[in-house]
Parts: sequence; C-alpha cells; structure tokens
Amino acid sequence: MRFQLTEDQRALRDGVRGLLARRFGAEALRAAVDRPGLDRGLWRELGAAGFFSLCLSEAEGGVGLGLPEAVLVFEEAGRALLPGPLVATHLAAGEIPGAATGEVVVTAVGGGGLVEWLDEADVVVGEAGEAVELRSVDPLTPLHRVPGADSSVRPDDLFVLLTAAEQLGTAVRACEAAVQHARTREQFGRPVGAFQAVKHLCAELLVRVEVARAAVYAAAVTADPVDIAAARLLADEAAVRGARDCLQVHGGMGFTWEADVHLCLKRAWVRAERGGSITQSEELLAGELLIEAG
Amino acid sequence: MDLTHSPAEEEFRARLREWLAKVLPTLPPKPSPDDWPGRRAYDLGWQRMLYDAGYADVHWDASPTMRLIFLEETERAGAPYVGAGFVGLLHAGPTIAAEGTAEQRARWLPPILRGEEVWCQGFSEPDAGSDLAALRTRARRDGDEYVVTGSKIWTSHAEVADWCELLVRTDAEAPKHRGISWLAMPMDTPGVTVRPLRTLAGSTEFAEVFLDEVRVPVANRVGEENDGWRVTMVTLSFERGTAFVGEVVACRRALGEVAREARANGRWDDSVVRRRLGRLNAEFRTLWRLTQWNVSAAESSGGVPGVGGSVFKLRYSRARQELYDVAADVLGPDALDLGRGWVLDRLSSLSYTIAAGTSEIQRNIVGERILGLPKG
Ligand SMILES: Cc1cc2nc3c(=O)[nH]c(=O)nc-3n(C[C@H](O)[C@H](O)[C@H](O)COP(=O)(O)OP(=O)(O)OC[C@H]3O[C@@H](n4cnc5c(N)ncnc54)[C@H](O)[C@@H]3O)c2cc1C
Repeated sequence: MRFQLTEDQRALRDGVRGLLARRFGAEALRAAVDRPGLDRGLWRELGAAGFFSLCLSEAEGGVGLGLPEAVLVFEEAGRALLPGPLVATHLAAGEIPGAATGEVVVTAVGGGGLVEWLDEADVVVGEAGEAVELRSVDPLTPLHRVPGADSSVRPDDLFVLLTAAEQLGTAVRACEAAVQHARTREQFGRPVGAFQAVKHLCAELLVRVEVARAAVYAAAVTADPVDIAAARLLADEAAVRGARDCLQVHGGMGFTWEADVHLCLKRAWVRAERGGSITQSEELLAGELLIEAG
Repeated sequence: MDLTHSPAEEEFRARLREWLAKVLPTLPPKPSPDDWPGRRAYDLGWQRMLYDAGYADVHWDASPTMRLIFLEETERAGAPYVGAGFVGLLHAGPTIAAEGTAEQRARWLPPILRGEEVWCQGFSEPDAGSDLAALRTRARRDGDEYVVTGSKIWTSHAEVADWCELLVRTDAEAPKHRGISWLAMPMDTPGVTVRPLRTLAGSTEFAEVFLDEVRVPVANRVGEENDGWRVTMVTLSFERGTAFVGEVVACRRALGEVAREARANGRWDDSVVRRRLGRLNAEFRTLWRLTQWNVSAAESSGGVPGVGGSVFKLRYSRARQELYDVAADVLGPDALDLGRGWVLDRLSSLSYTIAAGTSEIQRNIVGERILGLPKG
C-alpha cells in the first residue's frame, strides 16, 4: 500500500497547476467575471494539454492515465476556479468527436435537471429541449433548467467523483485565501490570525480539506460507488463550508464583489447540485451499513 | 496512489485471521469495567497471547501497513483492545524506542511486549492541563537519584500501573519549557499514593497521584536533563498521531450495529436517522482512509508521526461523539438505561475532545504549526 502521490502524479499536478496559473490566474479570473463567455482558445489549449483526453487509451489518441490522475487534474481546475463544462466534456472524450481535443464543447443535463453553459456548448448530453434560462447565482456558470426533469436519477459516478475533485480544489483555494488574509490583515495591532476565533476557523478549514482529500483520492483508487458517495459529501462540505468560513475571515472585504471569495462559494453551490441530491448519497451510504453488518 | 496490498501483507492478514478465529473463543469472559485487577489480568493475558503467537511487536517493528492490517483484523474479529496496555504499547514504549538508550530499551520494552508490565502517564497536574509546561512537580538531584515531590491528576490506569512516564521540573529557574525532564518511575516506590477519581461514567478510569519525596534513579531519565519537553513532544505525537487509529475500525463496527438495531426497532424508517447514519458511514470510512494516508506518509519519511495527527484527532473525536449521539437517538428511552449497550460508550465518548489535548488545543496546533498563523 502506497497511498501517496507518485513522482509522475506529482509532476502531472504541478504541470497543470503551472499551466492554469499562467493561463487562468487571478487577473484572468476577474476578467472572465467582467466579460462572461467561454474562452474557446483556452478550451483548445486545455485539449492540447490532454485535459480532456487524459483517460483515453493511447490507441484512441489519449494519454492512457487513470482516475487518480483525472482527479488530480480536476482538483487543480477547482483550485483555479476554471469555468466551463469541464467534467461533461472530459467524460464525452472518445464518444463525441472533437471533445478530446477541445474543439467541441460538451455539456450535459446534470443533477436537478440543471444544464451548465447551454448556449456556448456544441453538444448536449441528455434531453434539454425545453430548457429555461436561470439567472445563475455564479457569474461564471450560466445555467438552464429542464422543467420536469427526473430529479431522482442518480448522476453518473464519474461525474460525481470529478465534481468532488473540483470541490476539493476550491476548498483548498478557500483555505489558502483565509490563511493568507489572516496572516496579513492587522487589527488591534496584530494579525487577525493571532486571535483564536479566527485561527480556529482556519484550522477547521484545513481539517475539512484533508478529510475531503483522503475521501476523494481513495474513491479515485477504488472507483467504488459508496466511496464516491462519501467523497462527494465530504468534498461538498469542505468547499461550501470552507468558502463561507473564508468569507467570514475576510470581514467586510469578504462581502464585496472584488474579493474572490464569493466566486468560490457560488461555484461550490453550483457543483453541490451537480452531484444529485445529497439525500441520495446519504441513503446509499446508510444502506451499505446494513449490507456490511449482514 | 495505491491501496492494494503486497502478497506478503495479504498472507499476514490471512494467517492472523485464521489465528484469531482459533483463539478468540478460548478467551475468558470480559471483566466488569470497575474490576481493575481483573482488567489488568485480562488485558495482559491477551498481550501475552499475541506475544507467544509472534504478533506482539506489531505496533513497533512491523511496517505501518502491517499494523493497519493488524488493527483491521483484530477489530473486525472483535478481539480485545489494548486496554491497560494503552500507554505502554502506544506511547511510552514508542517514546523509549525512539529516545531511550540501549539499556533503557532492553529494560523496559520486552516486558511491555510480553504483557508483564503496565504503564501510566503522569503528565497533567491540577494546575497544568492544557498548559502542560506549567507543571510544578519538582525533582531535586541527590547523588544518583532524583527526589520527586508534587502531584499528578487524571492519570489513567494508575491503580494498576507498574511504571509511570513522569514529567518533572528539574530546573525551577529555567524558562518553563526548558526545565523539564522525562522519567520512568516505578509506581511501587515509597512516597507514591494513588487516589482513584470517579468519572462521569461512574467508573474509576483515572486517578490522582501524590508524590512525596519519591526517589527515582537518575538512570531512569529518558533524554537529557531539562530536555524533557522535546521528549514529551515525541510522546504526544504518538499519542495524538497513532494511538487512536485502531478505534476507527471499532467505530465502524459499532455504526453497523447501530444501523442493524435501528432496522430492528423501527427507527430506520425515519429518514433523518438514516441520513445521519449515512453521513457517519462517510465519516468513518474516510477517517480510515485518512489513517492510511498518514501512515503511508510516515512510511515514506520514516519515524515519528507529524502534527497531521492533530487533524485526525479533531475530526475523529467529534465523529465518535456523534456516533453515540445517533445511537442514543436509535435507542430512544433506552438511552437512559445504563444497562444498555452504547450508553456507557456514549458517556466515555465525551472525554475524546478533552483527553490527549483538547480540541481547542489541537486547533491551535493546526493553526500555528501547520498553517503558520501567529501565536496568540
Ligand atoms: C479520560 C481522560 C483521561 C486522561 N488521561 C490522562 C493521563 O493518563 N495522563 C495525563 O497526564 N493526563 C490525562 N488526562 C488529562 C488531559 O490531558 C487534560 O484533561 C487535558 O489536557 C485538558 O487539561 P485540563 O483538564 O487541565 O483542562 P484546562 O486546561 O483547564 O482547560 C479547560 C478549558 O479551557 C480550554 N483551554 C485551555 N487553554 C486554552 C487555550 N490556550 N486556548 C483555548 N482554549 C483553552 C480547554 O480547551 C478546556 O475547554 C486525561 C483526561 C481525560 C478526560
């Protein structure tokens, strides 16, 4: 058992982190908020870097890597708050021509009948005929909703797991931002992070991140539906709760449009819906207790 | 990232499983919680059986992965827990192994492994709990002995312990973290008085220990004189980092039993109860994954567990309390009956956010030592 990142996995993660920092750093994020729309150039660059074809076999023109690698890449996407129907396009690679290279943008009808980036997508997986536009809470995720969509359908496990990986990345970002602010913002003549009420919020942020990381990585290794349900619950918690606590640490600044914190929170909310109903994940995990207990 | 086991590890698991199936039915009945001599004999007897079968050193010498397999299998089979062996096997022993001299290791480690000697931990004092370095128990040097006077509190298993890992102040003038030494004190030395304390669960889990001119050989000091705080950090990293790990498997087993009970008594029909049970399943599965992650990290770096143990302890101690709160919800009015299973577990779970450093102290550690936030 060597439940740690291998050298190659570390290199992959660092490479993706570097690419995203260059192509979608803090300024690009702000610019995207001001001028919403999918950056096709960036999409193709992601395709060229193997972002969508990572798990395709080499025979199919892919990189032939596994779920753990995909999870590391999507964690970085979540950390960068990279917009777009990334998971849907990744899962369509090999099925829908052009998806793997980033020439074609694919979206899908997800949890609760929500469809992200419908107007910008070239292909929609699922029936989105009557979709109605919503005023999306997340400025970087345009949303439509399909009326009467069957919300009891459990989304595909890979969809849920890669979404959880993105949530983990966003939770990491919220934790880093909170700690950074707590170290530098001074009140009463000292950094606010010296005050326990603030320090303890930051500590709990990290605890949730590490717990979510263990769950997401393990689920990537086992691909077991119950592990994936656990990863989903803990990653949603880490991202949503983490962003709220990060906002609190930022004080009035946290309530502004300029601080990135709201972007973390809103994206985390959107993704929490994408995983299907929370109750379903909890029920799946509860049911397994009876199976295990015999 | 790899969670598979090597053939050698799987073989170890299979052999252990077979052995457990053979010996567990031969164990005597479990003594009652307040029967300390009975508990001592039972726990040491189990350790002796492990020793004879070649499993005794699994906490120390085996690879960390083997240790996890050992914990999984023993818990799953319902084997006895370390019990009175907790301090010796899980933190005093590892500290001596890491910091002791060759003679000290030869003197103290084998009896722990053979199930012959019980250790307790004399760290906390009435005025030094979270602020452990404020301890005042004094040790005055007299030839090749220290003469120790003071008192300790909340000392688990003191009633049946042979040895105490004792923190004393050897230099009253030095800054408070600098004047401390770590001693191994025989509990039967004249001047040691143990007064049992009753816990809220009604048992005498821990005690007060009074020390009146107790003579401890200087040779019993582990680490240098006045360097005891550093040695203490080693002990605490074992206590927080690895000592509770096996209990996660036990909690998963208990959770399955609670679910089964809920199904039997109808509480399962309440979706709120089911959802809480489901969440706890996510929690304990993941705590085990976190353990595997931490153990793999330690395996690649070698040695003493890092401050990541505080992350684990914070989450685990809360999850354990939630588990028994849900159990109480499933039991309904029976949760008020001390005769029912889980009710005593619920009471004792209350100590988990206090013992081995409170959750507040763990958050300080995570905030300051992992995240690098300034000290308050
Ligand atoms: C079941 C059990 C077994 C134990 N076994 C042993 C044993 O075998 N050997 C041993 O030496 N000790 C043992 N202990 C003692 C344990 O380590 C202490 O109880 C613990 O460290 C807390 O210290 P205290 O009780 O003095 O509480 P205090 O330190 O007085 O704390 C009181 C409250 O104040 C909070 N607090 C204190 N300081 C801070 C701070 N800086 N920031 C924020 N909050 C703070 C605490 O979190 C707590 O809520 C045991 C305790 C229990 C409950």
